[in-house]
Amino acid sequence: MPKKTILYQAHLDAGAKMIDFAGWSMPIYYGSQLNEHHAVRKRAGMFDVSHMTIIDLKGLDSQAFLRYLFANDVAKLKQAGRALYTCMLNREGYVLDDLIVYYLGETHYRIVFNAGTHDKVLAYLAEESKAFNIEYCERLEHAILAVQGPEARKLLAETFPENIAEKILNLKPFSAISVENMFIARTGYTGEDGVEMIVPNLEIEMLWHKLLFEKNIPACGLGARDTLRLEAGYNLYGTDMDETVSPLVSNLAWTVAWEPNERVFVGRKALEEEKQNLTQQLVGIKLLDKGVLRNGLAVHTNKGNGVITSGSYSPILECGIALARLPVDCDKAVQVDIRGRLLNALIVDLPFVNKEKK
Amino acid sequence: MSLIPSDLKYTRSHEWVRIEDNIITVGITEHAQSLLGDLVFVELPEVGEELSENEDASVVESVKAAADVYAPVSGTITEVNEALIEAPELVNQEPYGAGWIFKLEVDDEEGLAKLLDAQAYSNVITSEAH
Repeated sequence: MPKKTILYQAHLDAGAKMIDFAGWSMPIYYGSQLNEHHAVRKRAGMFDVSHMTIIDLKGLDSQAFLRYLFANDVAKLKQAGRALYTCMLNREGYVLDDLIVYYLGETHYRIVFNAGTHDKVLAYLAEESKAFNIEYCERLEHAILAVQGPEARKLLAETFPENIAEKILNLKPFSAISVENMFIARTGYTGEDGVEMIVPNLEIEMLWHKLLFEKNIPACGLGARDTLRLEAGYNLYGTDMDETVSPLVSNLAWTVAWEPNERVFVGRKALEEEKQNLTQQLVGIKLLDKGVLRNGLAVHTNKGNGVITSGSYSPILECGIALARLPVDCDKAVQVDIRGRLLNALIVDLPFVNKEKK
Repeated sequence: MSLIPSDLKYTRSHEWVRIEDNIITVGITEHAQSLLGDLVFVELPEVGEELSENEDASVVESVKAAADVYAPVSGTITEVNEALIEAPELVNQEPYGAGWIFKLEVDDEEGLAKLLDAQAYSNVITSEAH
């Protein structure tokens, strides 16, 4: 039996079509996935992402442990509430998971990572943390709600008293605040403004209903979440990168903190070697002919073949778009093999869609 | 419960068939479109194309997935719904009307006898749900 989030019944009440995702029963869409997508680009939409894992980590060695564990450097985080996106690598330099880490104090961090890697990452933490003076626990009693869109923060703020509303409106990108029992971070996976909120299970339903009925913020499913993140050029763990590739060939080199030179982190040695001879790159491609791009389709380039790691359809651009792993230095004009026909596509800059391009 | 008009015939692969003399009109059922979600692309067959029974005739693609549409019986394509090129969402909005996909001149009229009636198709959906 798949696990259910605390909002399971609320999803059914809202007409959700549920699917199994990483061991969880999650909404894929409620009515029209395209309408949900456009709602987030135009105004606001909300997503239950309670299937993701929250870990709170404390102890004297917290910083030292995470500087060793993550490819990005948590020492960059100096103000309480600041967030950092990073990969966690294995010794081969391949990606064990991608996650967001929040700095909550000298010896206190919060980590939010993927549902699909829950067991693997917890086992890995247990093993790697043995030599460090830290302790950590999973925050099972909390739900996570992403409220995303150009008007998301304004609409959310309207549901709170003035002193809290002001804090939500003043929140800086990639930072978080704790108000009452809630943790509100200005982060997201859609390319729009908005927040991701960690809310006690006991309070999430009331907030959900308030946003749904009083603020008319539509519930959005994993389907829209996927097309939104793809338009924004964000990777999805398990398809765009996994334990067979490094961040350097996953368009995530920017998340690897090489400086300071003396910082030892898991996978560093392997990455330094790979950096000398990169043969692949993860890029965005846009289909010029009509059609929809799909995961696993072969991409023909003048330097050899590559493969689509996430393919879909852009509701904003109204064409097929994809992330593809291709040979380095290939020409921008490529062809995608769809059911035996070669269709024309073009390598384009990411993101496909941003706040200015829509 | 899905809408399953009783004046149409059906296949186990979720096509509906309207029979008018030896020409059939084919589309996908309300149930099929609801499983696929919003359609964004339809690949139509060519007029004049000869198809055998259960051969791929068309592909309908939603944001989520691509699905083949099969020729319910063998025959020759006489007409395709070109409106779907610009408006694939017609399949979602009116699967049994403006969302029809192609018309086929039937070679093998005996094949038509194998198609399901509304009740039998309804049983197919119910059994797939369990």
